[in-house]
Amino acid sequence: MSNTKITAWEKVEIARNPKRPTALDYIEQIFDEFIELHGDRAFKDDKAICCGLGKIGTQNFTIIAEQKGRSTKENIERNFGMPNPESYRKAIRFMKQAEKFKRPVITFVDTKGAYPGLGAEERGQGEAIAKSMFEMAKLKVPIIVVVIGEGSSGGALALGVGNKVFMLENAIYSILSPEGFSSILWKDSSRAKEAAEKMKLTAKDLYEFKVIDKIIKEPKVEEKEDFIKKVSKSIKKEITLCISEMNEKNSQEIVEERYQKFRNMGEYKIL
Amino acid sequence: MIHHLLVRILICRGKQRSPDSTKMVEMLFQQNTRQNGRPMVGPYRENNINTRRGDQWSPAQYKILVYNNRILKVRKMIVDKIKKREPSAKNKTSNIDIPVGKWIKCDKCKEIVYKDDVRENLSICPNCGHYFRMHINRRLKMILDEDTYKKFDINIDTNNPLEIEEYPKKLKALREKTGLQEAVACGTGKINGEEVVICVMDSGFMMGSMGVVVGEKITYAIEQAIALKLPLIIFCVSGGARMQEGIISLMQMAKTTAALTKLDEAGGLYISVLTDPTYGGVTASFASLGDIVLAEPGAMIGFAGQRVIEQTIGESLPEGFQTAEFLLEHGFIDKIVERKDLKETLYKLIQYHKGGSGNV
Ligand SMILES: [Zn+2]
Repeated sequence: MSNTKITAWEKVEIARNPKRPTALDYIEQIFDEFIELHGDRAFKDDKAICCGLGKIGTQNFTIIAEQKGRSTKENIERNFGMPNPESYRKAIRFMKQAEKFKRPVITFVDTKGAYPGLGAEERGQGEAIAKSMFEMAKLKVPIIVVVIGEGSSGGALALGVGNKVFMLENAIYSILSPEGFSSILWKDSSRAKEAAEKMKLTAKDLYEFKVIDKIIKEPKVEEKEDFIKKVSKSIKKEITLCISEMNEKNSQEIVEERYQKFRNMGEYKIL
Repeated sequence: MIHHLLVRILICRGKQRSPDSTKMVEMLFQQNTRQNGRPMVGPYRENNINTRRGDQWSPAQYKILVYNNRILKVRKMIVDKIKKREPSAKNKTSNIDIPVGKWIKCDKCKEIVYKDDVRENLSICPNCGHYFRMHINRRLKMILDEDTYKKFDINIDTNNPLEIEEYPKKLKALREKTGLQEAVACGTGKINGEEVVICVMDSGFMMGSMGVVVGEKITYAIEQAIALKLPLIIFCVSGGARMQEGIISLMQMAKTTAALTKLDEAGGLYISVLTDPTYGGVTASFASLGDIVLAEPGAMIGFAGQRVIEQTIGESLPEGFQTAEFLLEHGFIDKIVERKDLKETLYKLIQYHKGGSGNV
């Protein structure tokens, strides 16, 4: 393990670092090409989630990605990667097309959470997230989820119901932000660092909980160009491997495998 | 109802009236507060002549109204005394219908009302019509035919995945206090003779939050609805996913949602009833996925909490934001149903879904 000494809070900071590569940075490297397609066909094109088509060799994919901005201008355009309901409805539209045209779906998770705004509530943020998970849970094609940065709350899980869930070594995945956790649990948002250690939000924790299936290693030095290339190569390798396995299975098996994975989430005691 | 209060007030004042006049007052109050055997909203209100459209008031009832006003003044004095004596009553009682002592403060009109009056009135404030949150047992009693509830034999507990020391202690204390094992009860029962699978959540148990136990029980209930070919009804009330179980709680959203895809494919009917409050991970999973989504009047329903939204947008929220009425207007619920009509409405809806391919 290259980064075993990094604390949970340090991982939170790494995952949130504005210089950390975003979904589109990886997508460019992983896929031979990427054609972005827009809009939910109902209200607007919300840019916090990018959707489109891509291929690796002869294998076509539908790609759905939570996208943070790489500059202030882009961040404003993309609402800092916090999706409005339209984003999830756009995602659902592309999931259904993927099913129709028998393409596997790759999602990239990287968000502080679904946007908590007036309009988002008016247009049913909760319903949009629920429907997105609902569609994913019954989709007849394979879904691979890659958590690349911050995977926070229902806004992340809305794209998280996959046959396989991969997670970058320094990404985080949690019920909400450590700040939110500490303010709700201890009525004190300044204890975020402590909360981060408590929350079990690192890739290692989540692997132990069987919430994720694979940890994708990150290179030690975060030299941007090399980092993106190396990580993309690892993601690409895992996707290719996974898809070749899944191509052996029929659609019923694919749905059932995914169902069982989420049906068994969380261990409990029998009294 | 109010005559108890009257007698109590008079006793408190040390001026109990003669038995005859007390009897008369009781009788008149009965007339005043009940119509067709149903308690009326608003007997405490000073100007309650206009509280119900179309009500005809007899001269005797007018007399009572005048008398009522006098009683109200006396009552106010007593209530003030209670407020002084129990300064913590406000926090303890909050909005939940487990009162401190015999009194409970209404969150909406701020009146302190007599607990039994609230209970007899479907947990609705007799003063302003505000809906109190209901204990699971009272909800089941209100919706199901007598003695038809059979709870599912599923007794499980959390593993405390985040190893939070205080969490098991908190659960233990709540179990003792509420008489509930967890924030949801699931089983089968009958609505006017129609068998259903029913889940009822309870805000009195960690704000109805969903951890592994709630997620597993709801999922089990969904599976039972499929296996038994019965309609599924879930009464939702929740602050969302349970913080104390971290990511495991979050995953319960996906678990319950995935189970609902199976019910959907089996052609089963699922009616979700949203009650005050329904938020977060519950709104963003099974609560929003009913074939039919009903809500109680005035219930607060949303994904993000109001404080979070205010902090994000930096302004205060418009009046009526995130109420059931707001959601109805924006197309996210099918119908707002008054508490007194819920059982009948559910029964009628079930009738409309008979003869399909699925579970009814
Ligand atoms: Zn009231």
